[in-house]
Amino acid sequence: MSLPPDKPLSLEKQFRFQWEPAQQCHVLLYPEGLIRLPGSAGEIIQRIDGNASLNGIIAALEQAYPGAELRQDVIDFLENAHDKGWIRVV
Amino acid sequence: MTKDGSALSESRSGPLWVNAELTYRCPLHCVFCYNPLDYTSTFGKELSTDEWLKTLREARELGAVQLGLSGGEPLLRDDVEILIAEASKMGYYVNLITSGIGLTEERIAAFKEGGLDQIQLSFQDSTKELNDFLSSTRTFELKLKIARLIKQYGYPMVLNVVLHKLNIDHIEQILEMAEAMEADHVELANSQYYAWAFKNREHLMPTREQLQRAEAITMRFRERLGKKMKLYFVVPDYYADRPKACMNGWGAVFLNIAPDGLALPCHEARMLPGLEFPNVREHDVDWIWNQSPGFTAYRGDGWMKEPCRSCDEKHKDFGGCRCQAYMLTGDATNADPVCSKSSHHHLIVEQVERAQHSLISAEETRPLLFYRDDKNARQFADEEKSCSEH
Repeated sequence: MSLPPDKPLSLEKQFRFQWEPAQQCHVLLYPEGLIRLPGSAGEIIQRIDGNASLNGIIAALEQAYPGAELRQDVIDFLENAHDKGWIRVV
Repeated sequence: MTKDGSALSESRSGPLWVNAELTYRCPLHCVFCYNPLDYTSTFGKELSTDEWLKTLREARELGAVQLGLSGGEPLLRDDVEILIAEASKMGYYVNLITSGIGLTEERIAAFKEGGLDQIQLSFQDSTKELNDFLSSTRTFELKLKIARLIKQYGYPMVLNVVLHKLNIDHIEQILEMAEAMEADHVELANSQYYAWAFKNREHLMPTREQLQRAEAITMRFRERLGKKMKLYFVVPDYYADRPKACMNGWGAVFLNIAPDGLALPCHEARMLPGLEFPNVREHDVDWIWNQSPGFTAYRGDGWMKEPCRSCDEKHKDFGGCRCQAYMLTGDATNADPVCSKSSHHHLIVEQVERAQHSLISAEETRPLLFYRDDKNARQFADEEKSCSEH
């Protein structure tokens, strides 16, 4: 399912995002489970705060990584995250 | 050393999931309980608040992220508030597994404040009172009240119902109740045959027909309610021919801490003979997980015999459950007899066959059941003691 480009995105209720020192990677925690978010996956989810939209997140990442061709990758990743029920449109 | 083993030893390894059995005290007497038969032996030896916090801190340092607070009935401890708040600060995702008895608004508010992430409410079916429960407005009202409280504090309503021969035919009423409680997730899990449930196995195993009917009814509710109420149905593993991947492997992700501080790779391992399990009072979690003989015994696949050793599914199911292998074959290193490749598989087949021909009614069964209570537990403890003395 495609995500609206300008609506705020938020983590789904019951999901918690945090840095795991033991695994040296970001994770999403939810009841009885854990999703590892290595590298860019963690960078993307980190920017979901209930305010930023898809376009906003892409802009922020483009600013952090100038010159990187990341628009389509971010869209694909977040659409997949939405399909899996990790995030929702506010 | 295997390739897997050397990869493991390079990085510091630890559990991901800690199950803290805070107490084996419980107001319920469920005949399918998986607490040890001699659970009263932990009375008077329960870990203190500080001992729990030390243990949780050590496990967290090794990378544990999920914490279950269970029992017995964990709410019988008055330090649950402290444990939740401290564990949450440490970075655990904290799950409370409770019958709901003792859950007041004051306590749930404190849990929320402390950062509790999830509440799992078990259906209070102690079998003796089952019919009363299903028909009693008073208990039903109480249950609805607790469910509303859980929702009011922003938690999803997660309901756990243990199914067995004596209640499985009430599945429609159970699901109607779940719907009235506006449950978000309902786990309908048939009892697994360990501890008290193993003692009562004969009377708890449903027939094939009962299972099929219950599954069909569950399907009907699932189709009607869709995402509104998610339903999970778990059949007893005796009805399968592939063993379950018990605990995702021995000492792989799961650390169970009993009320007396005994550290175990699963809820049931205490019963296995010849293995000495460490206590968190005497050892730190790093040593317990990475060095103790109890945790390394069946880790990986070095311990396996045939048919597991040469089986191409050995990394999928890890040979099934060590405790079930021990209970049914007398040797924990045998394949779980649920596996059709096991030379003991006939034990499962025969037990399932026996379940199809039980002629006695629920009313006649009730007096034959072993209820999980302190008197019976003390009796088991005494029997064990006199066995080891002789």
